[in-house]
Amino acid sequence: MKKKRVVLTFPPDMIDQPITYHLVKEHDLMINILRANITPKEQGRLVVEMIGKKSSLDTGMAYLSGLGVEVQPLAQDIKWHEKKCIHCTACISICPSGALNVDREEMLVTFLKDKCIACELCIPVCPYRAIEIQF
Amino acid sequence: MAKTIKEINERIKKGKAVVVTAEEVIELAGKKGVRKTAQEVDVVTTGTFGPMCSSGAYFNFGHSRPRIKCGGGTAYLNNVPAYGGFAAVDLYIGATAIPDEDPKNSVFPGEFNYGGGHVIEELVSGKDVQLVVTTYGTDCYPRDKLETWINIKDLNEAVLFNPRNCYQNYNVAVNLSDKVIYTYMGVLQPRLGNATYCSAGQLSPLLNDPYYKTIGIGTRIFLGGGIGYVSWNGTQHNPTVKRGKNGIPTSPAGTIAVMGDLKQMSSNWLKGASFTGYGGTLTVGIGIPIPILNEEILKYTTMKDEDIKAQIVDYSQSYPQVQPGSLGEVNYKQLKSGSINVNGKKARTGSLSSYAKAREIANILKNWIGKGTFLLSEPVAPLASADSGVTFKLLKERPLKKSRRK
Repeated sequence: MKKKRVVLTFPPDMIDQPITYHLVKEHDLMINILRANITPKEQGRLVVEMIGKKSSLDTGMAYLSGLGVEVQPLAQDIKWHEKKCIHCTACISICPSGALNVDREEMLVTFLKDKCIACELCIPVCPYRAIEIQF
Repeated sequence: MAKTIKEINERIKKGKAVVVTAEEVIELAGKKGVRKTAQEVDVVTTGTFGPMCSSGAYFNFGHSRPRIKCGGGTAYLNNVPAYGGFAAVDLYIGATAIPDEDPKNSVFPGEFNYGGGHVIEELVSGKDVQLVVTTYGTDCYPRDKLETWINIKDLNEAVLFNPRNCYQNYNVAVNLSDKVIYTYMGVLQPRLGNATYCSAGQLSPLLNDPYYKTIGIGTRIFLGGGIGYVSWNGTQHNPTVKRGKNGIPTSPAGTIAVMGDLKQMSSNWLKGASFTGYGGTLTVGIGIPIPILNEEILKYTTMKDEDIKAQIVDYSQSYPQVQPGSLGEVNYKQLKSGSINVNGKKARTGSLSSYAKAREIANILKNWIGKGTFLLSEPVAPLASADSGVTFKLLKERPLKKSRRK
């Protein structure tokens, strides 16, 4: 079993289609929707975790690309600017997934991209604007 | 055997002083005992790096040709208003000042991405800063408008002068309400969703000298990466609050006013900060050396995180409405563990003050003293202590009557 976290961007003409259903039903993928939003211009964005066999993930991705859905790895859009971080730990108490993590001995903050679910709770919390999400 | 600061300085000059940080001394005293450690150790270094709103810098930017007088006019640094109610070309920029055009909290919560703290950080880092002065002309200062770039290296004096820094202990902030609140203690999630605190605990300067037996007016310190001095007690200095049996205040207590040459400082240790929904501020690095003059002074420096207690305060109601009452007492070991219990609920903790950076400051100061480049100073006057009767008063409002208004 393999796991992928991706950001799916749906063009306006596709937001009424049950694409997640097809990913589950026909490509045998476990889909965990981490975030979903439709902007005022009706562009849909879905942050999902997909779990399945490598072959299933490959066919699922091909299906999405074929439809014109833009697929981006999640981690690409999230930046933790280590130089801006002062390791205060203000973000630690609100990060729900443990992506922002602190070594309790050294009291140094680290960012584990793989765990980030792009919930954006940390963005207004960091006084040094050290975390940036670009989407 | 009691030592004097003079004797310790002699040892520092010879490179023979024994200097340890406020963390290292805990371990040392645990192994060797207080008496032996007090004999061996000359200086314990402390540190803290946290947002300190009552901060700012003044400078003299030199006379223009023809001359201009800021006093009575307005002055802006990168669009952030500075105070110029002095003579001609002296300005003071406060850490929490924000541009007039900042939307503030009109779209709540405001972001406050740029303010006086950021101006100070940029000045210190050597970046050019825009200065715009608008004023009235006089016979001796004819000019009424000045627009120019300035740079710290060209300023006559640039002095960091912070009226209140380095709080001795602080509240733990929580939110009992049903909605998210945005405070100077950070973003607080509803129904005790999280708890924030702001102290370096066992490394914090004034917690290592709880009765201000060595830290006084004139004490030489690490300030913003350079050398500074304690210039007075800080505003809201409140030495008479309740203390534990170990002498450590269990709520916010003493404070210090500090100053130093901004030109020597570094943007690593003076950082502009933005508190969503609250405003901008400056995060300041301070380290204070504690001369180990006797056993008692050493003993205070060996206080551990678990010996230092703080009050849990509700920032949705108690704090803004000034309603007394603590939701409980926790120590810094618990706070640093990642969660505490409040009203039977587990709340995850986050700090606003950087412990890692506090440790770095204590080590830098230790190195400076070890190398003999930083000598200790004898305070010229003490700070008011627990027996002084000094308390921090609330305002007694006396509403203005119409007849008294002009």
